[in-house]
Amino acid sequence: MSAILQVQNLVKNYGDFKAVKGVSFDIEEGEIFSLLGPNGAGKTTTISMLSTLYTPTSGDAIIGGHSITKDPMGVRGIIGIVPQDLALYEDLTARENLIFWGQMYNLSGKSLTTRVDEVLEQIGLTDKAKDRVKTYSGGMKRRVNIGVGLLHKPRLLFMDEPTVGIDPQSRRAILDTVKDLNKQGMTLLYTTHYMEEAEELSNRVGIFDHGEMIAIGTQKELTQQVGEAETLILHVGENDDSEALAKTLKDIQGVQQATAVDHEVSVVCAEAEEVLAAVVTKANDRGIKIRSIDIREPNLEAVFLHLTGRALRD
Amino acid sequence: MLKTFLIGIKDVRLAFRDRAALILMLAAPFVLTVGLGLVTGRFSSKTSSGISDIPVIIVNLDNGQLGNALADVFNSADLADLLEPAIGSDPEAARKSIDEDKAAAVVIIPEGFTKSIIPQQSDFANGNVVAADPVKIEVYANPSRSTGAGIVKAIVDEFLSRVEEGRVSETTSIEQLMFSGRITPQQALAIGSAMSEGIETTAPASTLAVKINSSTANGDAVKFDALAYIAPAMALMFLMYTVSYGGRSILAERAQGTLPRLLVSPTNSAQILGGKVFGIFLTGAAQMLILIGASSLFFQLKWGDTLGVIVLVLAAVFGATGWGMFITAIARTSAQVANIGMSITLIFGIMGGSFINLEQLPFFVQTFSKITPNAWALDGFTTLGLGGTLTDLSAPVIALLSMGSILFLVSVVLFGKKNLVQK
Repeated sequence: MSAILQVQNLVKNYGDFKAVKGVSFDIEEGEIFSLLGPNGAGKTTTISMLSTLYTPTSGDAIIGGHSITKDPMGVRGIIGIVPQDLALYEDLTARENLIFWGQMYNLSGKSLTTRVDEVLEQIGLTDKAKDRVKTYSGGMKRRVNIGVGLLHKPRLLFMDEPTVGIDPQSRRAILDTVKDLNKQGMTLLYTTHYMEEAEELSNRVGIFDHGEMIAIGTQKELTQQVGEAETLILHVGENDDSEALAKTLKDIQGVQQATAVDHEVSVVCAEAEEVLAAVVTKANDRGIKIRSIDIREPNLEAVFLHLTGRALRD
Repeated sequence: MLKTFLIGIKDVRLAFRDRAALILMLAAPFVLTVGLGLVTGRFSSKTSSGISDIPVIIVNLDNGQLGNALADVFNSADLADLLEPAIGSDPEAARKSIDEDKAAAVVIIPEGFTKSIIPQQSDFANGNVVAADPVKIEVYANPSRSTGAGIVKAIVDEFLSRVEEGRVSETTSIEQLMFSGRITPQQALAIGSAMSEGIETTAPASTLAVKINSSTANGDAVKFDALAYIAPAMALMFLMYTVSYGGRSILAERAQGTLPRLLVSPTNSAQILGGKVFGIFLTGAAQMLILIGASSLFFQLKWGDTLGVIVLVLAAVFGATGWGMFITAIARTSAQVANIGMSITLIFGIMGGSFINLEQLPFFVQTFSKITPNAWALDGFTTLGLGGTLTDLSAPVIALLSMGSILFLVSVVLFGKKNLVQK
């Protein structure tokens, strides 16, 4: 496989603030590559530079042989983008939106109408095509938002957190659409802060934090970075001080990391069973009631925790 | 170019699907037109122009039959409500009054005016029945009272056209009679005198048909209709709302993400900005034409020369679009554009004469009004309502096109500095 995207030391500064700090990575033709990281990590800024909306402070990226800095129009012809926020005309119908955006991507005549019909079918809105977008549910709007990005059959599709703020059913539909598109040969760059989505969809994952790519590889390659570590997830009461508990748990022999988010405490350790008793005892000593305990195999959450000392949702 | 057009069409469609915008673009000016029409009595049997007491100075240096007849027209009872004539004797003093904004216009009837129109005894004796080139009447107009000056000029033009008709038919008839040998030069003198009296008596009476106005380009006599002032005044005022609404859509598209999405499509910035401007222009033009059509249909309002109306509408919308772009360029958010736009709609409406005829406003307001598309366009619509044609619209059309061009260029510079979308 050849690389459809080659990112070369991409930097974006806003005054003294460094939003993206010299990121480099490649995406192979036909793969789904996920950028995983918490909110504010610099994922959207990176996608905005790759899609030619923002000009990089330095560095470059080559997409399908076109430089984002020297040939942005060449890049725009081969990429599609599904932005994080809905970017639609709500007073137009779904069909009118698709026709307009198709025209902006140089489609016209019969090929445009045929393609609009195909996309409406693909996003499951053929029956609602003549309704104004403002009458749609959030999930339906998300689907139209995705449909616009697919109209011109881009070689590389950027999807920036497309499942934020929607119901589980619509989320499931979107993830299935992503997989279908990939099966049809489309390359996707998918950003998310949901570990489960990255795990389900991606061939490779880049972990992003504070404007830097801190790890990159397949899931297997990444989880190997944390060894065979397991993660204990403790669910505590609403009034319990989970952060204080996490600090205490770090002192237990065998515990590698312990962090608290809301009413959950994540404990990374080599063998969950070996530390479990000590964890429960410490919690009892502090008067904290543990409501339930999950034991998770090594995953991307653990990798992020291992690399940053923080949970993805921090 | 095609994408610019498509973006513009899309914006027109969106504007006409926005109920709130429709109310302000179409319903509000229409309702206000009806309301003001009722106030001015347009819909009752007694009509009124809404324009009255135009100060005009008559300097009659001719004191012949026709000079006196023209002076009588300005002093006639039919025009008493419309005009406030004063008699002057010194042309220079009268012109000075205009320069000091004391009157809308001076009509100077030069010495020998009647003589130049009506053949004299010596002409017939020499066998020359064609009078010398007529001495021209001067209308010295006050540029800050263009509506009043336009009305005065229309009255003079109508008078002169009637006189000219009579003069040509008289000389032609006498020439034919003389050359056919049916009358002698002596008889021609008697006939000429009789016909000249006809001109004298006919002209003032005919001019009464002018009343508050003259005639349309195709010769249909019309009276000046109050709505011919009110309807464009209201349409122009709310045109300013429309252009600010259009400008607002640029910033709104940025906020709702469609502008960034456009910018990452194979569409360049010039096409996008051009499309937005084109959309504002098309929406404004559609609004004006719908209001013109509706007032013509429902009120039988005659807007005047069709070509002139179309050109003036396009020029007015162009000038107003420049303001819409400028407002957008200086504002940071679409809410700011909305606030500034609504303020400018009202301020320009007042300053541009939408509520009160400009001639009744202080001189500095009249001067300041020249920055508004309303004042120039209203001046043009009044000219058309008075029977003018496209050729009489050069000043407002040039002013509106210049205004739009300058504001557009300034806006492009400001947009460039603002870096509207790219970060």
